[in-house]
Amino acid sequence: MDWTMWVEWIVKGFVLCLILLTGFAYLTWYERRALARIQVRVGPNRAGYQGLLQPIADAVKLIFKEELTPGHVYKVVFILAPVLTVVPSLVLAAVVPLGTSFNLFGREITLYVADVNVGILYLTSIASIAVYGIVLAGWSSNNKYAMLGGIRSSAQMISYELTLGLSFVTAIILGNSMNMIDIVNEQRGLWFVVIQPVGALIFWIATLAEVNRAPFDMPEAEQELTAGYHAEYSGMKFALFFMAEYQKMIVISMILATLFFGGYLGPFVDQVPLLGPVYLFAKVIILLFGMIWVRATWPRIRYDRLMSFGWKILLPLSLAIAFITATGILLADVLNNQLFFWSIPVVSIIALLVAVAFIYRDLRRKSHGRI
Amino acid sequence: MTQLQPANVEQYKHLISERALTGETMLLNMGPQHPSTHGVLRLVLELDGEIVVNCIPDIGFLHTGIEKNMEAKTFQKAEVMTDRLDYMNTMGNNLAYVMAVEKLIDLDVPPRAQALRVILVELQRIASHLVLLGTWGLDLAAMSMFLYCFREREQILDIFELVSGQRMMTTYIRPGGVWRDVPVEFEKAVRDFIKIFPKRIDEYEKLLTKNPLFVDRMVGIGHLSKEMALSYGVTGSNLRASGVNWDLRKARPYMGYEQYDFDVPVLTEGDTYARYLVRIEEFRQSLRIIEQALDKLPMGPVRSDNRKFVPPPRSEIGVSMEALIHHFKLWTEGFHAPNASIYSAVESPRGELGVLIAGDGGPKPRRVHMRTPSFDNLAVVPELVKGHLVADLVAILASIDIVLGDIDR
Repeated sequence: MDWTMWVEWIVKGFVLCLILLTGFAYLTWYERRALARIQVRVGPNRAGYQGLLQPIADAVKLIFKEELTPGHVYKVVFILAPVLTVVPSLVLAAVVPLGTSFNLFGREITLYVADVNVGILYLTSIASIAVYGIVLAGWSSNNKYAMLGGIRSSAQMISYELTLGLSFVTAIILGNSMNMIDIVNEQRGLWFVVIQPVGALIFWIATLAEVNRAPFDMPEAEQELTAGYHAEYSGMKFALFFMAEYQKMIVISMILATLFFGGYLGPFVDQVPLLGPVYLFAKVIILLFGMIWVRATWPRIRYDRLMSFGWKILLPLSLAIAFITATGILLADVLNNQLFFWSIPVVSIIALLVAVAFIYRDLRRKSHGRI
Repeated sequence: MTQLQPANVEQYKHLISERALTGETMLLNMGPQHPSTHGVLRLVLELDGEIVVNCIPDIGFLHTGIEKNMEAKTFQKAEVMTDRLDYMNTMGNNLAYVMAVEKLIDLDVPPRAQALRVILVELQRIASHLVLLGTWGLDLAAMSMFLYCFREREQILDIFELVSGQRMMTTYIRPGGVWRDVPVEFEKAVRDFIKIFPKRIDEYEKLLTKNPLFVDRMVGIGHLSKEMALSYGVTGSNLRASGVNWDLRKARPYMGYEQYDFDVPVLTEGDTYARYLVRIEEFRQSLRIIEQALDKLPMGPVRSDNRKFVPPPRSEIGVSMEALIHHFKLWTEGFHAPNASIYSAVESPRGELGVLIAGDGGPKPRRVHMRTPSFDNLAVVPELVKGHLVADLVAILASIDIVLGDIDR
């Protein structure tokens, strides 16, 4: 272990943080512009070409804004909470491979910060830490709305963590490893989304709930709880919550792209390793658009329905998906018959349709056949 | 650490349950600065977890003293205040007030003015329902709905600007008719809207009506029974969604509504979803009325020529001595109304908007009282939200369609 390795780690970590911070800033711009297009508006287009300097203007504004700490809050936790939220969202990306390796000054530089052989376990554990930040923010604000937001959020994140974990299991079974790089390399022939489309969908839904995005933006729920857990925050402390949410959106899209959409893989990526991050970036932008699209069109699900959706529909479905995937692969292996392997997507989609039928039956019963 | 003053529970002790005093349930102050209370409504909620145990509406934050102010103005000038009453229904308020004045002084309205009034009031009804639908979507976080609805509302406001010069505070409908004849572009503007709007309604329906998330938030929420609706004096679409076929346009036709062919949508379920469906159907029916009224829009004067009440046109002032005298008298002193009191009501987008005017023989009203629909509709909200979640409260409040300017006056 020589000193250059340390330098490499520090530089890579620093660059990744910078990518996420800039990504966050431009994701807000991207979201506002995309939402505006969907909503027949123009969106921010004044600062710089097509409003490209808008995030910088926003950042400057938030930094120079007065830090208002209300008198009735529990100060230590109040200040700690945004930090607890933003740090996990930054370190989460460490295990996501951005590309293969390339040579620089006779040194092989790998395009990921850490090659953890239990990368997925790392992801699940770090992702759960963020819930502390939100709960503590809600609690320390000493505000009833913030408290309700914090409680909602903890219940929601814990329930959807299980589903998220089970979707990870699907990817692990398919990739035959817990290492993110191995999983990506397994997808050279075929993206996992083709084999397990339902698994990818469940993962996506669970991550929407995990990052508190619409239609699961319960803790914030502007129309009910005004701003939820960050009601009492202003200035840069608020910006940290904002930052955490958007960085998590990026990271979680990166993870989804890595697990199910072939990560950095794409044409000629072996010849030109630097294409890897570009492909990943393109996939992330497409996945992020999905999140924005959902936010633009769908109403928010009610809190108790969210919980029953998580526990009664999504969790059994993801269990079934994990089971179907494992059985399919085992049978294909033991009986040496590819037919079983290809029955995985078919059976999974049938399972999804059954779940959707259950939802509609419930709605129809509830509405006495009015829909 | 500074300690906030504890809220004074004494003043609403009789309105909350015992459990709130022991701290078992939580009192939550919702509003007057809250994004979903549609203005400056304050709700004191007693919550058990997130379940609403009690809801106490607190109104008066937008009190403007409009009714009292009107007593200090002549009948013509007081009309301007009605625009500010229910700011989503300015044309309708004008009509309600003007109809009462006309009834008081027994003034006839030419047929062309009647038809124009119907067209404009129905356009206003659509605009009001559009705001309702948009904010409803916004309250449920389907925020694109808001902007789509406002796109169409803009078209209606443009028509209002075309006829009156004002987008919202129109004061276009005047005693004895309307202010002036509509410009030639009016018909095309309205026809354009009629052509485009049915497609837009279908778009809204595609976004919401069968959307499982939307249906889930709507169905079975805030059930308003027929009996409760009648006993609380709920009117308008809310009443019709509870199975009572009561629409003043059909029941007590005014402004020649009897000559138009339209249906009154009535549903029996009485929940939030039914109220939504009634509104959507009312869009279509209003369009039908507008189309018919526009097709047989008669030619002729748009204002009564009873010079004792209606000022003469400007062109006559230069050539006619009488016209000059009438003009001077009407704009300085105003017209005199008999010492009597009358009540007249119209169907506003929110329900029965009634105006009671008492004259005292002079040019100013002795008393003007508005029977505003939002006031009675809000009164039933505490009954509807009991046992529902906070999220449902927002949906119910949106579905009841209150306008605080209408409540506080």
